[in-house]
Amino acid sequence: MRRRKFLTAAGLAMGSMLVPVGTNSWVVKQAHASSRKRLVVVFLRGAVDGLNVVVPHQAAEYYEARPTIAVPYPKEKNGAIDLDGYFGLHPKLKDIMPLWNRQQLAFVHASGSPVLERSHFQAQQYLENGTPGNKKTEDGWMNRLFAQLPKDIPTQAVNVGITTPYIFKGEMTVASLKPGMHSAAPLPTDRLPVREAFSQLYSGSDPLSKAYQEGSEARDVVLAELNKEMMTASKGAKNVHAFVDDAADVAQLMVGDTKTQLAFMEISGWDSHLNQNNLLDRLLPSLGEGLAILTSGLEPIFNDTVIVVMSEFGRTFEENGNKGTDHGYGNVMWLLGGGIKGGNVYGNWLGLSPSALHKNRDLPVTTDFRDIFAPVITQHLSIPSDRLKQVFPNYQPLNQIDFLA
Amino acid sequence: MLEKTKCKNIKCKLKNYFAIVIFSSILWLSLVNRVEANELSANQYHVLSRLSFGVTSSERDRANKMGLEAYIQSQLKPESIEESPILKNYLNSFKLMNRGGINLLEENSNLHKKLNDPQFPVEKKDAIQERIRRLNAGLQKQIVEAHIATAIYSNRQLQEVMTDFWLNHFNVDIQKGQIKFWLNDYQEQIRDRALGNFYGLLLTSARHPAMSIYLDNRTNVSPISRAGKKHNLGLNENYAREVMELHTLGVDGGYSQDDIITLAKIFTGWSVDNEGIRGNKQGFFFNANRHDPTDKVFLGHQISANGVKEGEQALRILANHPATARFISYKLAQYFVADNPPKSLVESLSKSFLNSKGNIAFVLDTLIHSREFNDPQYYGQKFTTPFQYLTSIIRMGEIPQVELPRIRGMLHQLSMPVFRCSTPDGYKNIQAVWLNPQAMIQRTGLATAIANGVLNRSNPVEIQMLEQNIGEISTSTKQVVEKTPKNLQAALVMGSPEAMYR
Repeated sequence: MRRRKFLTAAGLAMGSMLVPVGTNSWVVKQAHASSRKRLVVVFLRGAVDGLNVVVPHQAAEYYEARPTIAVPYPKEKNGAIDLDGYFGLHPKLKDIMPLWNRQQLAFVHASGSPVLERSHFQAQQYLENGTPGNKKTEDGWMNRLFAQLPKDIPTQAVNVGITTPYIFKGEMTVASLKPGMHSAAPLPTDRLPVREAFSQLYSGSDPLSKAYQEGSEARDVVLAELNKEMMTASKGAKNVHAFVDDAADVAQLMVGDTKTQLAFMEISGWDSHLNQNNLLDRLLPSLGEGLAILTSGLEPIFNDTVIVVMSEFGRTFEENGNKGTDHGYGNVMWLLGGGIKGGNVYGNWLGLSPSALHKNRDLPVTTDFRDIFAPVITQHLSIPSDRLKQVFPNYQPLNQIDFLA
Repeated sequence: MLEKTKCKNIKCKLKNYFAIVIFSSILWLSLVNRVEANELSANQYHVLSRLSFGVTSSERDRANKMGLEAYIQSQLKPESIEESPILKNYLNSFKLMNRGGINLLEENSNLHKKLNDPQFPVEKKDAIQERIRRLNAGLQKQIVEAHIATAIYSNRQLQEVMTDFWLNHFNVDIQKGQIKFWLNDYQEQIRDRALGNFYGLLLTSARHPAMSIYLDNRTNVSPISRAGKKHNLGLNENYAREVMELHTLGVDGGYSQDDIITLAKIFTGWSVDNEGIRGNKQGFFFNANRHDPTDKVFLGHQISANGVKEGEQALRILANHPATARFISYKLAQYFVADNPPKSLVESLSKSFLNSKGNIAFVLDTLIHSREFNDPQYYGQKFTTPFQYLTSIIRMGEIPQVELPRIRGMLHQLSMPVFRCSTPDGYKNIQAVWLNPQAMIQRTGLATAIANGVLNRSNPVEIQMLEQNIGEISTSTKQVVEKTPKNLQAALVMGSPEAMYR
């Protein structure tokens, strides 16, 4: 009941029409559904080594600093895949090369938080609260961004995972998708009498009730959407890596009637203090495959989508004593989308000579991560620029990267 | 009489403060007299609920018979409490786990040798592979289930609450490297010290192979040491950073990058002995060949070159640091009182921590008797973590022999699998992290399944027991429950707001 009423109201408000499908599912057909803009943020927790992801293979210093862990020159065995003659991509990311070739993939090197912070949690917090240097900000910038968008449906912003990440913390309620393979598996509460009893128990306006109501509405919409997908996809043939599965689900939610506009996903485990090559060889393929699946799933709306991949900080330029790297500073951010000027490695690259490094040790940050998100917010998502400060308080947009077509 | 026991137990240094404590104790006594047998006052219920993984009828009986203060004091001295036979049975049944880490590591390594031995017949290698898999998976399963069973069935509830707290504070991930072989021992050692001295906890974790593997200190080698020069090895700062940021001082605790590097040097050579030959037979081994031989200045303290003693000195400096007292006090106040704990409480706990040189039972005694902890505005306002939620509804439903593997799975579904937090900051325990729409759908779903008997060989949970153990139920919940068909009532209570807060 609730949901129908809700969808009807949403449909009317947007001047769209309701089309009954079958006996108990309704689909909202929106006049301009395809022009709705989307943003997906993928967070690599643990600090991925950006210098081994987008490899400066023409810099001799790179190979000197990393005698055992450098990615070999292009064309050598396990060598980097050349991007632009200077930079190359880690070979385990070959799945996303077609995007580069179609100019739908770009990178911004030496980017990150303008405030140096070598603690994982603190650095992640700065990237997620959107106020680097200020630990006190209690909400996340994607939640504040969500508040700037016209709100219409409980699945408009989706987090993959059951705990709310910092970036989505705040006043707006964000729907969540259970990570892994069974987001649409039946729950005891799907049974009508149980559902009705709990709906009564949580019919108030306290935080638990509000969460329950939104969860219940989102559950209906997601179930309808993912059950459709399950019927068409071959059963049980899903990939073992959760991220790959999740990517397919997120694409489905964004393309389908759930109208998901903002999504956040994360992969942990990038903290490569030890035997970094083994770790990257294990993790990068599923990241690459997941991104390829996400982008192909988003194909109908890919021109309206921007995907940003980021990580809390980069790692030390020199390898450590354990074939690994320790906590560093500048990293690389990844941009994917049909509407970006891809095929470029952006950013202010100062080289890798000792004087170009931060404290002779780390890749510096020459591009503030907000310089990348600001155009996404103002140009792509069309939030008026005077409201940018709601999302990023105290941020001066000076060096925005011009990567949107 | 109550006053006397109190003054014996606590060295009355803060007299004004204890006046309040005594006053409130007397108040409790008068309340006890007024409340009928086997029924708890709101304050008593609050104490029992926060000091345990959920109120049961036997817990209520004990508190009623002993009186609340004696109950609290017994919980602060867990060795005085007879452990539950159900729990002993569970733990004895974990045969693999009880064989000890070093033995299991040896077996594991022998199996791997066979696997890699070209002389060993290829057709038998599949069986070896399977034995390795069963050894590793079985061990992991038993350690996790032992943790869950202890939370649910231990009579030493406060000790177990604190064991969980410290295992989360000194978090390790069972899936990294060979940690699973050491984790049962780690868990037992932390449990033994859970109400003891903070330095003891810190030192235990610092020396323990589980931590050494988790935060890479076993590979932390001084480049100017003999081994470092010979094999071209170097420092690994990981443990040095996290021990200050997450275990002691806190991120704002006033240390610099230089302090991190110095501390990393101090801990060079603290490594792991898998065979139990070179070290203390418990896996710790100080490898002098890897140690940095220089004098150091750490957090302004001179530390002369002195091998393994340098690390112990550094840990003492950290354990007794005011920033550590504040950081631990804040975490305790947040865990036991409120997501945003009152500043006054954090301050008084910090004082207790420093005055008692980090005596955790003493700090908790202060906490439990504080004005803030006993302020009714905090009763039933702490949103449970998934682990607290599941263990407490199982305890309140008094399910006699739960199917532990299913609980493991449920915790996984709720994104809080035991010993699987991959980041060293451990799981959070605040509402902002755990309350969201998806979590509510999951929790009410699991409550329904548990009430229907999914953990209890399909025997549905009895509503009467549940209602007696859950404490005060709001009128609105009562009304909805009464209107609901009988077979759904237990599910509704287990999935009610009262069950989700503690």
